[in-house]
Amino acid sequence: MTAITADVGDNTRRLVEAKRRQDLIFGVVGIFVLVVVMGLLMTLVADLLIDGLGRITPEFLTSFPSRRAANAGVLSAWVGTTLVMIVTAAIAVPLGVGAGLYLEEYAAKNVLTDAIEINVSNLAGVPSIIYGLLALGFFVYALDMGQTILVGGLVLSLLILPIVIVATREAVRAIPSALRESAYGIGANRWQVMWSYILPSARPGILTGAIVGLSRAIGETAPIITIGALTYIAFLPPAPISAEPPFINFEWLNSPFTVMPIQMFNWTSRPQADFHVNAAATGVLLLAMTLMMNGFAIYLRYRLRRTVRT
Amino acid sequence: MDHTLKAVDLDLGSLSHAVAALGDLAVAQVRAAVDVFVRHDLPGAEKVVRADNAVDLQDAEIERNAVRFIALRQPMADDLRRPIAAMKMAMQLERCGDLAKNIAKRVPRLDAAPSEAKAASIAELGRMAAERLAAVINAYRSNDAQGAYDVWLKDTDIDERHEGVVREIVAGMAAEPDSVGDSIHLLFIAKNLERIGDHATNVAELVHYQITGTDLSNRPKL
Amino acid sequence: MNETLHITSPAVTTPPPTPSDVSIRARVSELNFWYGKFQALHSVSMPIQDNKVTAIIGPSGCGKSTLLRCFNRIHDLYPGARYEGAIELMPDGLNLVSRSVDPILVRLMVGMVFQKPNPFPKSIYENVAAGLYVRGIRNRSEVDGRVEHALKQAAIWEEVQDRLKKPAYELSGGQQQRLCIARALAPEPKLLLLDEPTSALDPIATAKIESLIADLANDVTVVIVTHNMGQAARISDQTAFMHLGKLVEYGETEQIFTNPTVDQTRDYITGRFG
Repeated sequence: MTAITADVGDNTRRLVEAKRRQDLIFGVVGIFVLVVVMGLLMTLVADLLIDGLGRITPEFLTSFPSRRAANAGVLSAWVGTTLVMIVTAAIAVPLGVGAGLYLEEYAAKNVLTDAIEINVSNLAGVPSIIYGLLALGFFVYALDMGQTILVGGLVLSLLILPIVIVATREAVRAIPSALRESAYGIGANRWQVMWSYILPSARPGILTGAIVGLSRAIGETAPIITIGALTYIAFLPPAPISAEPPFINFEWLNSPFTVMPIQMFNWTSRPQADFHVNAAATGVLLLAMTLMMNGFAIYLRYRLRRTVRT
Repeated sequence: MDHTLKAVDLDLGSLSHAVAALGDLAVAQVRAAVDVFVRHDLPGAEKVVRADNAVDLQDAEIERNAVRFIALRQPMADDLRRPIAAMKMAMQLERCGDLAKNIAKRVPRLDAAPSEAKAASIAELGRMAAERLAAVINAYRSNDAQGAYDVWLKDTDIDERHEGVVREIVAGMAAEPDSVGDSIHLLFIAKNLERIGDHATNVAELVHYQITGTDLSNRPKL
Repeated sequence: MNETLHITSPAVTTPPPTPSDVSIRARVSELNFWYGKFQALHSVSMPIQDNKVTAIIGPSGCGKSTLLRCFNRIHDLYPGARYEGAIELMPDGLNLVSRSVDPILVRLMVGMVFQKPNPFPKSIYENVAAGLYVRGIRNRSEVDGRVEHALKQAAIWEEVQDRLKKPAYELSGGQQQRLCIARALAPEPKLLLLDEPTSALDPIATAKIESLIADLANDVTVVIVTHNMGQAARISDQTAFMHLGKLVEYGETEQIFTNPTVDQTRDYITGRFG
């Protein structure tokens, strides 16, 4: 730190010192908060890891649940989670991005679209169990679709749709008008501008929104329980690939299922301590899956950013 | 309206001032040269010759300032016409000064003082030339395009008077062969005064151009 | 007496009739333009001569950019834009601002370069080819040829011919702007609009672009908006001076800058801003 020279005058010197003190105080408070928060987080994760990490073995990953804690596994649960996530992503991302793009680029700016925008934002805050009830009444009973992976994917899609739509709109809005004007300027029509210019530039933001949504969905328990996911599943949905034609089928969509949060909930409600260890292990697995998903998204964004950088 | 950048107005003002001052000096030199001739004033003639240095210096100063103005102010339209016209006018006025100096230089070379009649004719020619120059400098000072135009129109007056003076001098040469030497000086002096009249016309064209942006064409000629 | 006509009050002047041997590329006729309730252009009429550079100058807010953006209907991207009058593109007399004319069609014939260099986030080649792809021209050799020609017209071919696949963002500001010019030229537009193309660039980059504009006029008609009067004087053939949404004076550049007829024009170009 350079010393304040005598030329500067007492008042200025006092002022500078006061400012430095302010900075210091703010810095200390900030670090304190950071330490507390990180500490809490680390404690939770550490606790989980201590309890559950040891339980994760190949047998654990490939066994079905059982009445005996030692034999119980998460096979049906993590397969169920994965399949439901695939369905959710397949529905929510195209629909959400499409809706977001339409609202930003195609729809006229009037009272109606403003109202839609407000409603979409509000929907993101609706408690997830309401979505569960909606799905139960509409998909499971009215459309008689049963308590299947497809319905599970549908309800979670509904849940995260507002997140994806809002993220898409924000990403598109962040694109400088200069890009849009140049794209139209060379004679492109709306579709060309959207597909070749707006979408590629908005991809990073859209991807972030999609990942945020999916991260939320992977941990949602209430709506899945409401639509009737079973808590004890000792079988897997039919495989999509088979040896005889047609080589790919979609029967797995109509299969009953369970997901990891439900499995965790189920095990935590049992009195035996060993089941609690199983639950912790499942928690570790869930965390790992979420981190992997995020990591993949970050990697994707990095690859895309390299070509789209402004 | 004034220029938003005040320095431009100051520059233009001092440029105009300098040109007008040079004009006044040139007029004074012309009048003085004719005067020292008429009175056959040798010391006076010497002074007129020396005073021409001032004319040259002022001309050079004006040119320098005009170039500086063009380089630094990047003038357009009438702003550009002013330094251009100023430079060209300074050149014309410097030539007038040279011609006056030339007249004064001839005074000591005359064998004898000029006769009254000859002196009067030359004086008349000189008066016309000086008045034309003074008139056009005044038009410049007061930004008077019409005034400049009037001077420009009356170019023929001085040419006709010059013709008359030449005829007189030539007749004199025939009548008095001994005076041929002086008569030749007189012819040159008369010619110089007619040239001064021409320069005044040039200055008139420049003044008009600076103010209106158009050239006066088809200069009246004998 | 040989006096020039002096108009002492700021007038809405209609330009003098163009001599019949001069070819007109576009004619602006009584053009009015509104942003919502605000009228930005008032009865503007002027010719744009073919294969010449026409400059539009004037103080901030005079409507010069607004006028320029009428030529390619970029205003249509924003709500509340309303046109009245005509910009007729010759030789057919198509009215570019008519509601019955599709803006996309207009933009296929008119190219624009904006103030801040804004290449697409793609490679140099793809930037220039963008205008061709949009028109469905995909034949590899044709696109290659036209890309090269456009880059040459924009005086940047030498600098980029070895790195056409590199991202456009790696270029300097001046190079990016020349790339944008190439991008606008590749589809061979009938009119090239330049909206203060050098105001964000340093003097050297500016000089390079001014130099290429002069050459460009041989191939395409150029309309340039600039707040730099020296630039207008340097590179344009005709100049229009605008103020508060009206055309104050239009004429040959030489005449405008040596002897403008309207006092308001003279005041503006000599720096008498009042």
